[in-house]
Amino acid sequence: MSNSDFDIKYVANLARIKLSSDQESRLGAQLGDILGYVKKLEQLDINNVEPMAHAVPLHNVMRTDEIQPSLTNEEALANAPKKGNGLFVVPKIVE
Amino acid sequence: MILHELTIAELTAKLASKEVSSREAMHSCLDRIDAVDDRINAFISIDREDALGQAEAADVVLGQGANQNDQPLLGVPISLKDIFCVKNQPANCASKILGDFRSPYDGTVVQKLKEAGAVVFGRVNMDEFAMGSSTENSAFGRTCNPWDLDRVPGGSSGGCAAAVVAQECFGSIGTDTGGSIRQPSALCGCVGIKPTYGRVSRFGVVAFASSLDQVGPMARNVRDTATLLGAIAGHDSKDSTSVPIEVPDYVGGLDVNLEGIKLGLPKEFLGAGIDPEVQSVFEAALKQYEALGAEIQEVSLPHTEYGVATYYILATAEASANLARFDGIRYGDRVEGNDPFSLYCNTRGKGFGDEVKRRIILGTYVLSSGYYDAYYIRAQKVRSLIKQDFDQALSKVDALITPTVPYTAFKAGEKTDDPLQMYLSDIFTISCNLTGTCGVSLPCGFTSNPKLPVGLQLLGKPFGEQELLKIAYAYEQSTPWHKERVKL
Repeated sequence: MSNSDFDIKYVANLARIKLSSDQESRLGAQLGDILGYVKKLEQLDINNVEPMAHAVPLHNVMRTDEIQPSLTNEEALANAPKKGNGLFVVPKIVE
Repeated sequence: MILHELTIAELTAKLASKEVSSREAMHSCLDRIDAVDDRINAFISIDREDALGQAEAADVVLGQGANQNDQPLLGVPISLKDIFCVKNQPANCASKILGDFRSPYDGTVVQKLKEAGAVVFGRVNMDEFAMGSSTENSAFGRTCNPWDLDRVPGGSSGGCAAAVVAQECFGSIGTDTGGSIRQPSALCGCVGIKPTYGRVSRFGVVAFASSLDQVGPMARNVRDTATLLGAIAGHDSKDSTSVPIEVPDYVGGLDVNLEGIKLGLPKEFLGAGIDPEVQSVFEAALKQYEALGAEIQEVSLPHTEYGVATYYILATAEASANLARFDGIRYGDRVEGNDPFSLYCNTRGKGFGDEVKRRIILGTYVLSSGYYDAYYIRAQKVRSLIKQDFDQALSKVDALITPTVPYTAFKAGEKTDDPLQMYLSDIFTISCNLTGTCGVSLPCGFTSNPKLPVGLQLLGKPFGEQELLKIAYAYEQSTPWHKERVKL
């Protein structure tokens, strides 16, 4: 669990968050401390322990495949920062 | 009679006897907010017209002879954390990124409150996206602790706790992912319960960490908290993790007899740097429980010290996935870019505050290729060990008893530069979320100088809310703490 290779620029990019250089150094140092703290978990023997994703046993929940009331196109687009022709407008994706 | 000081039980009795109207009750809250909220800053915004309209509608129903037996919250003004979706109202999660978002639908908890007759009003302050323990991480300014305005109310549901204690509403609904209901309840001096995972629907609640988040009520005493929980609990087909177990009569189950009740004192909690005054208040509470007939026995939760580290891996991992939806495409503020990638980076760089950025980046890291097993899977395994500790301890006793927080409300700014110290303030509350069990915090006394509330935490078995509320109620009724009112 070494965190010497924690690269704030790289991870912020993966997370799609633009940081200023001041934020990079401040958040980077703070995250270094936090990663140092969570190293505690290395002290434990976790062989033969099952990982736990959820507190209660989860089952797939199905309902019958039939149309139920949902948002109208207008309602779904009401909060869109940019829209047109009943669609969300985004920057060009395909060259 | 000062209306805003009443408990929910007192108010519903006066509404039923027509001594007061719901409109008057709502007005008294709005007047109180006008008088004190420039100092407290619990409310981000209020739609007054809508609130008074709901109150008038409740008065019509009351006029037709309905009462709290038909609808337990009929005519009672209840505020909501800024994380719940209410149709045509804003929901910002105290963040800039949601801009002028207005929800197109009512979440299930909101729907249930309305069905119970409540006047659902206001958006109360919180740490941005429920990430924080002090309600300082808000794009709408920090909330102040009503007992000492220089101190924090706790968080992330700090606005809920402050609004309840400052008597700006009769109750409030918050969320708890690592202690966000219980910790502010303790630091402000009200009652708050984090129900068992799956007890209350999460549909229409902005997600932070989906395997840990749970909705719960906060109020001025245990009975009111029980009334609110009864109104919002229950299975919901729109939340596949909600559990189809019948909701018991929480208020009817309240009882002052604790003969034969066993309370477990986790020995690992006692060495953990508890403030001496908090320790002595807590010890007095233990004695009171013994006087009431409960038996206190020591139990062990050997993995307690790993709770915070486990939590900050799992919660941030889940948050990094959940908060991917805030990308400037479908709702919220957008900062343009030449391509989708730069649009996302610009939007999220401008819209999220520092703590949210820290957590998303941490969560992204622990899930990233090469680190997933070392951090994420390891933390999930430690979560199993923590759960086993709880299962074993709770098989021997009816509930665990601990201080809610190792200290009282801290000064604003004291921990903002040191996120790790902030995280450690959740040390006693966090395991309850990892294990998915239920926990309640209630006032158990005050420190002397300055006078600040101390919280007592009871942790119960899965779906054991009724038993937990009973154990809390018996103590509350035998002590004066719930009657203390802050002077503002």
